[in-house]
Amino acid sequence: MDFIFYFGEVFTLTSFGLLLLGTVFGLILGATPGLSPTMAVALAIPFTFKLEPAQGLILLGALYTSTVAGGAVSAILLKIPGAPANIATTLDGHTMAKKGEGARALQISFLASLFGGVIGVFLLIFLTPVLAKWALAFGPSESFWVAILGVTIIGTLGGGSVVKGLLAGCIGLWLSTVGFDDILGTQRFIFHSSLSGGINIIAALIGLFAIPQVISMFAKGRQAQDMEVIDVKPHPLMASIREVFSSIRSLGIGTTVGSIIGLIPGVGGQIAGLVAYDQSKNFSSEREKFGTGHPEGIIAAESANNAMVGPSLVPLLTLSIPGSPTAAVLLGGLIIHGIFPGPNIFRDYPAVVWPFINSMLIGQILMCVFGLLIAGYAARIARVPSHIMAAIVLALAVFGSYSVQTSMNDVFVMMVLGVGMYFLERYGYSAAPLVLGLILGPIAEGNFVEGAMIANAQNGIATYFLTGTLNIVLILMVIASISYSAWLELRNRGTEASS
Amino acid sequence: MSRLEHAIPAGIIMLIGLWVAWISYTQTPAEAFVFPRLVSTLFVILSVWTFAATLIKPSEGSVTISAKTWANILPGLIIGAIYVFWLGKALGFYTATTITVFVLISYYDPAPHGQIKVWIKRALITAGFIAVMYLLFAMLLGVFTPREILFR
Repeated sequence: MDFIFYFGEVFTLTSFGLLLLGTVFGLILGATPGLSPTMAVALAIPFTFKLEPAQGLILLGALYTSTVAGGAVSAILLKIPGAPANIATTLDGHTMAKKGEGARALQISFLASLFGGVIGVFLLIFLTPVLAKWALAFGPSESFWVAILGVTIIGTLGGGSVVKGLLAGCIGLWLSTVGFDDILGTQRFIFHSSLSGGINIIAALIGLFAIPQVISMFAKGRQAQDMEVIDVKPHPLMASIREVFSSIRSLGIGTTVGSIIGLIPGVGGQIAGLVAYDQSKNFSSEREKFGTGHPEGIIAAESANNAMVGPSLVPLLTLSIPGSPTAAVLLGGLIIHGIFPGPNIFRDYPAVVWPFINSMLIGQILMCVFGLLIAGYAARIARVPSHIMAAIVLALAVFGSYSVQTSMNDVFVMMVLGVGMYFLERYGYSAAPLVLGLILGPIAEGNFVEGAMIANAQNGIATYFLTGTLNIVLILMVIASISYSAWLELRNRGTEASS
Repeated sequence: MSRLEHAIPAGIIMLIGLWVAWISYTQTPAEAFVFPRLVSTLFVILSVWTFAATLIKPSEGSVTISAKTWANILPGLIIGAIYVFWLGKALGFYTATTITVFVLISYYDPAPHGQIKVWIKRALITAGFIAVMYLLFAMLLGVFTPREILFR
């Protein structure tokens, strides 16, 4: 019950102000097509440098929560999911909006997000300390395997080709070694002076997530945006509240599916909404109504999306394994503030971690309140032209990456990585495993070197890293995640070939 | 064409992997390259696998960027590159950002260039954005940016 002692920290003037700011901006950014939650959090990290770590994390947490919920606005009103997590919401949400029930769909979406989000944060509050206690048994060898598991799991379970996911993770691990070696001070892979300080994580995050989206917006050219304008007519809120809480089955399925998927590292919210939608449809007595503007479809999808947010931080805070790409960016935000997630996080940083977690609980309520307030203006927010968005995001990326160390080198690295990632994405490589390799690389190397020193004084490296119950369990998990994903890929290929 | 367009990037990645492995296994002191050796070995195995797969496997379908898309992307990329690699440092961030944002917005705006109202709207959007950026980065966060050519 430690979290109760830190509730007051959320209600200081600065913390609460940042929570409000993050929530409102998150909703606006989430509602804007083309701006993903991952990119929004990556661009916001430089704004947190001058803040206390807890306050900085409160801002990032509020953005994470509200961008996911805000993505439903463009999914419902424009049939363009604000984020991949909102794909399932378009199925019934946009159909309702076309019938003139846009306000009802938006209200249902924010209320379902609130329910799922609150349950998800409670899971975060109660599961994280339990997992942290279990992870206390980890030594350097286990920590090394946990870091490798993080890279393989996000590389393989994130969808797409398993080999390309692992290869992207390897490229990230290699990029993390660029610069001076921490122990001997040896130069490694410095083939240009701008790399002498290594690759800055935040500049890399901004480049890898923001620049490909900027280029995608450029690719649309001088096209007039052909978006269907849907007016949001007022709808009684009480009716929506009754509707959401009477659909207890869809709410339960969405929240349960979202929470479980959030806990599985690497899977993320992209599939939570779709799986919950599908399960809710299977268990519904009105299956035929799904896809025709049925509120249960929105309830299942949106409660799942937000239920995923809290649990996705459980493996992040205790094992440094993010549950989603956005959580991977949050890991970068934690590290930049000098907070290294791990089993001792609640012992070492209680005054940072608990206010952060508590703020996510309050943030869910604020997200719902402000979401309902802006619902009427949402259509206007969601129609920001992409050419304006591209110019703004490019400028924010340059300022953000420069402000990390006031270094032009970071801006160059950001731009080069971003342009490279745009082309890599076209060939099926994903930014998430690359980023995770970059973030977890120093943790993996540090534990590997420490473990190797201990091993040399004992029975040798192979015995130290490959024996012991925990090591074997973790190695089996690495093998299982790769094997399962390879099997899924082969099965999908077989299905495609036969169809 | 489709097989080749997948094989070329896979081949480039494989060459990078081989270069990383070569450096990892030849540079000294060896102790500083133990972890890079481990990573580069995996890098080479996976990149060779990917390259071989593009040659052996049935074609994955074309991902070629069409000439029209290139024509859309290139002006933005060139303006972005000039901004990042030269203009930002030469003119100062706020001056360079004002010029870049205005040029990008004007270039990609589908509205007709002949109307004065359209140009005023573009200028107002740029001015509003720069004001917010100055407020955020210079006044609130106190970020020191390269010296401005037009003002201090």
